[in-house]
Amino acid sequence: MSALQVYVEGIGLWSSELGDFAALKAQLAGLPVEPPASRPRAEILPPNERRRAPESVLLAVEVAGQAVAMSGRDARDLPCVFSSTFGDQHISDYMCTTLATTPAELSPTRFHNSVHNAPAGYWTIATGCHASSSAVSASQASLGASLLEAATLCVAEQRPVLLVCSDISGQGPLREMTGTHRSFGIALVLAPAASPQTLVRLDLDLIPHAGEALRPAPATGAWYESNPIAASAWPLMQNLATGEGDCTLAAAETLALRVALETPA
Amino acid sequence: MSVPIHPLAVRAYTVTSALGQGLESHLAALSSGRGGLRQNDFSSAPLACWIGRVDGVEDAALPAAHAAWECRNNRLAWLGLHQDRFLEHALDARQRYGAARVALVLGTSTASIGATEEGYRHLDENGHMPPDLRRPLIHAPHSLAGFVAEALGLEGPCLTVSTACSSSAKVFANAERLIRLGLADAAVVGGVDTLCDSVLFGFNALELVSPEPCRPFDQARRGISIGEAAGFALLERVDAAPDALRLLGYGESSDAHHMSTPHPEGLGAELALRDALARAGLSAEQVDYINLHGTASLKNDEVEAALIARAFPTTTRASSTKGFTGHTLGAAGILEAAFALLAIRHGQVPGNLGCTHPDTACGPQLALQSEQRQVNVALSNSFGFGGNNACLAFGRALA
Repeated sequence: MSALQVYVEGIGLWSSELGDFAALKAQLAGLPVEPPASRPRAEILPPNERRRAPESVLLAVEVAGQAVAMSGRDARDLPCVFSSTFGDQHISDYMCTTLATTPAELSPTRFHNSVHNAPAGYWTIATGCHASSSAVSASQASLGASLLEAATLCVAEQRPVLLVCSDISGQGPLREMTGTHRSFGIALVLAPAASPQTLVRLDLDLIPHAGEALRPAPATGAWYESNPIAASAWPLMQNLATGEGDCTLAAAETLALRVALETPA
Repeated sequence: MSVPIHPLAVRAYTVTSALGQGLESHLAALSSGRGGLRQNDFSSAPLACWIGRVDGVEDAALPAAHAAWECRNNRLAWLGLHQDRFLEHALDARQRYGAARVALVLGTSTASIGATEEGYRHLDENGHMPPDLRRPLIHAPHSLAGFVAEALGLEGPCLTVSTACSSSAKVFANAERLIRLGLADAAVVGGVDTLCDSVLFGFNALELVSPEPCRPFDQARRGISIGEAAGFALLERVDAAPDALRLLGYGESSDAHHMSTPHPEGLGAELALRDALARAGLSAEQVDYINLHGTASLKNDEVEAALIARAFPTTTRASSTKGFTGHTLGAAGILEAAFALLAIRHGQVPGNLGCTHPDTACGPQLALQSEQRQVNVALSNSFGFGGNNACLAFGRALA
């Protein structure tokens, strides 16, 4: 028996080439895929909020909305965990640029949108969710650590949980530090028990002292390598598309998270 | 809805803030009513306000082995780890349980963005980060937890929580779940936030910064004073430290109202409070002391004062300690958790420094001056931007 078992009920996905999970499955099947609009639609946000929201919020809300819609759950009932390696790099670049020149002219709106939990805030406001919401980060392990956190929350509380992992592309001098050249987001609705909505079961196990196994493979120039969430998620995404297989994610510097997929009979 | 929890032992804890380094200096300041705020001598451009700055951060250089993590936020973390023998306690837990069985969950809102700001002030002639700051590790929210994991040699689950001003309160909940499910045997929790231009000019842009030392709950309050702090706690199962003070419960909720102002009726705050009491199996009548969020912003204090007045009996005492330390943002959760623990350990309710004429919304619970009294159960409130709320409940070991 695995340390944690959770049941995936919804999957959301967005990159500049793939507008949702169905597009990924089509692409892996060798079918032609239309790229999505250049900005994530984030239709759950009211129009005025959608205009004001920064790109990091649009991306997170877009994939969160896809996953929740697929699950058929009511977003109001779902505790949520939003994960991002770098937060909103456009706002960080704007703020550091402004603070270096004209600090007194800093925009109040962009400041309050700069908090790491801005996507969680916009999401809970738009959906009327009063459950717990969190915003987390774990460097290159942001996907694995937040999957562990969301699964832990789901099993400990015996409640379905929304997990959203996303990073937008970087900007300015900061981008040279983050190496993030494209936007990518993935979201999962996780439930503690099987249901008619179950797509696949995830069996999760921690593997300690796994530093060697977590060493990144040599770069190949593949698209997913230029976003830290996409780079971690690529093997898991392929498994989700086929409904089987296992993969190893970094949950911390030397802690691996083994994720094995089991499709219910 | 809330699942009751088994209490956890708080085997060790420590804090460093504008009041000093370690618990003794904090206790002494609270007893004597000596605040730690000073006129702003920090920001890179002048800004007339008061701040809670920690002395000695600049001198706490990291050892050469950890030089890749050098930045002011990690210096404050390093300084904080050395108080109250916390480093020894953490290393002892690693020894007893194994490095992979000790989780690390830290809250921060600023992380080391101050270092990124500095880089942008000193870009090279081609517009790149200056050579000494070309260190990707410190330009990310996980900078603090990454550094502390390396410094303590911890290899268990490791996570940064960054939910603005509730960050280092929520970490207690993450740790409890990991221990409950057997994914860790112990957890180092806490948080560090440091002063930086982002928060000073950011809150200034929102017109939330007071030109005078902040005055939580006073009728004439004019906004917040920003501070910085580091704090850590070591959580274990009760049988491993049966006499230690205990985490009894926690509550978490979302306002679902507005990005930068609280729900007008304190809906989310009350949900977090009820969640914490339910998990701890406590009624409001059993609460002796509440360390309030009490930022001295007009809206927070009005909403929180009304919540305390309606939810608690007159025997409960309550105060904000932000008049002493300033609002330490992402570190406020752990700093004020430590104040709640100190209140239990020393039977001392801190006074609400800076308040002489309480807001009319305040009930009789507000303790303006410090009081000596038995405290068996203490709560700590932390509410953040985005409507992110947390409430912690602490108590003493059962006799």
